[in-house]
Amino acid sequence: MAIVFEKPKSLTSKELHYCPGCPHGIIHRLVAEAIDNLGIEGKTVGVAPVGCAVMAYDYFSCDMVEAAHGRAPAVATGIKRALPENVVFTYQGDGDLASIGMAETVHAATRNENITIIFVNNAIYGMTGGQMAPTSLPGQVTQTSPYGRDVKVAGYPIRVCEMLSALDAPYYIERVAANNVKNVLRAKKAIEKAFRNQIEGKGFSLIEVVSACPTNWGMTPQKALEWVEDKMIPYYPLGVFKDKEANA
Amino acid sequence: MSEKVLMKGNEAIAEAALRAGCRHYFGYPITPQTELTAYMAKRLPKLEGGVFLQAESEISAINMVYGVAGTGKRVMTSSSSPGISLKQEGISYIAGADLPAVIVNVQRGGPGLGGIQPSQSDYFQATKGGGHGDYHLIVLTPSSVQEMADLTHLAFDLADKYRCPAMLLADGTMGQMMEPVALPEETNCKVEKPWAVTGTEMKREHNIINSLYLSPEVLEKTNFERFERYAKIEKNEVRYESYMMDDAEYCIVAFGIAARVAKNAISAMRKEGFKVGLIRPITIWPFPKKAIREAADKVKGFVSVELSMGQMIEDVKLAEECLRPVLLCNRAGGMIPSVDQIISVTKELVEGGRK
Repeated sequence: MAIVFEKPKSLTSKELHYCPGCPHGIIHRLVAEAIDNLGIEGKTVGVAPVGCAVMAYDYFSCDMVEAAHGRAPAVATGIKRALPENVVFTYQGDGDLASIGMAETVHAATRNENITIIFVNNAIYGMTGGQMAPTSLPGQVTQTSPYGRDVKVAGYPIRVCEMLSALDAPYYIERVAANNVKNVLRAKKAIEKAFRNQIEGKGFSLIEVVSACPTNWGMTPQKALEWVEDKMIPYYPLGVFKDKEANA
Repeated sequence: MSEKVLMKGNEAIAEAALRAGCRHYFGYPITPQTELTAYMAKRLPKLEGGVFLQAESEISAINMVYGVAGTGKRVMTSSSSPGISLKQEGISYIAGADLPAVIVNVQRGGPGLGGIQPSQSDYFQATKGGGHGDYHLIVLTPSSVQEMADLTHLAFDLADKYRCPAMLLADGTMGQMMEPVALPEETNCKVEKPWAVTGTEMKREHNIINSLYLSPEVLEKTNFERFERYAKIEKNEVRYESYMMDDAEYCIVAFGIAARVAKNAISAMRKEGFKVGLIRPITIWPFPKKAIREAADKVKGFVSVELSMGQMIEDVKLAEECLRPVLLCNRAGGMIPSVDQIISVTKELVEGGRK
């Protein structure tokens, strides 16, 4: 019988620790499929973040490095500079990339560092139990914004793609979402392109994946995906923010 | 040995690192170590595979070091005291992931922004951990530009041999002074690194560079194993200079620039008939405990000469097991003890011994 669907080779058989309904599993799969399709597992080095995806080093079957909170782009820079022929990616959440690691993110982008960043934005700190993130929406209730994010006190959410697009250097920046089949397919294409850019030596590619956190949002998985569509995407519009290939 | 050339301490470190096969350097400007960064900026782009990068911060620089160290290649960063504080997070991760790397601290006075004059007040930070968790660095303390070069070379070898970060703990004087130096021969890493992340090439299981162990039993085991390695370092790698100790009745303990001033004080006191000697730790972790303990059986007391409010003196007291008095002769904030000050404190010790 012909196999019509199977686990990507670039994922290990380790059981994922993610909560029921969490899109991290889907996004891991998209990254692994891209690595499989491009045939680069043997020369890829991944960098895991601190946050929910901290144990990504157990899930991807390529060589992996676990970075300190927010430092993945700096660690990836070191790896890529030492191994320019290899493919280096980071997988980071919103707290990691857009709060504590903002300097590392911006400077990797402005160097057009030839790496691929997968940035999962679910508007909350998941691993620590649901605190306000740099991308939490105005009014969003979290453990550290129990009366809703008050922008007068906590400031406004950061739109990472828009911000990085203001830089001259980065090669490719796109925001996608993992909330329905159509968006997942689009995300798959974007992630693969981000890896292909690196193989072709084009430079910095960042794919922001708008995602959900049913557990810490206090919603059912279905309701959480609806919240992505109704609340997140209007604040974080999907699309290509920078593509030097298209502009060339 | 090659012909001697006149070099600044900071540049001697940089050149020695290149000759040790280091082709990856990440830095951030800070006085008084900037010549080292500038030297690397000039040389590395001209060398095959050479990578120089001015990072956006000391935090990023040390994390770039972590990335390169994970690939198994020789890598270095350098900074001065406030910058080294910023690097502590990354140093703890490098130690926790059992990676070799070389970190240079050309110390200046503190705390806080402090000053830019020489200091030894990062002794605690360098020898007692510095970052979070149970770990040590191998800490080497040069006392001449020649040693800046030689100990840099050695730091790479020791870091690779024991899979741990090594620190060259210099000070602003050492960094800025010029002396003739015979540069070390070209070498490179001599140990295999099967743990490195270089891409599996689909020929082996994936390697993981990591310091996270959620099971306390497993985390404890990694700590125990690391400390077994530290025990080997303490057994094999203690280095110190014993100067005029054969007949010494009084022992000065000093390293770096303080040891050089101490030698002048010893010459002057010997002329006056005082039998004073010096133990100069070259490694301050591991600390030459045995040498100090053995000296305690022969001498009447110790003077710890330091450019700090008295940090190494604690290790001296632990090592000599309270057998003899230990006096502190110190300056702080970028000041250096003078020959006269060392003589005066050593004479206090002599007087105390005669009472």
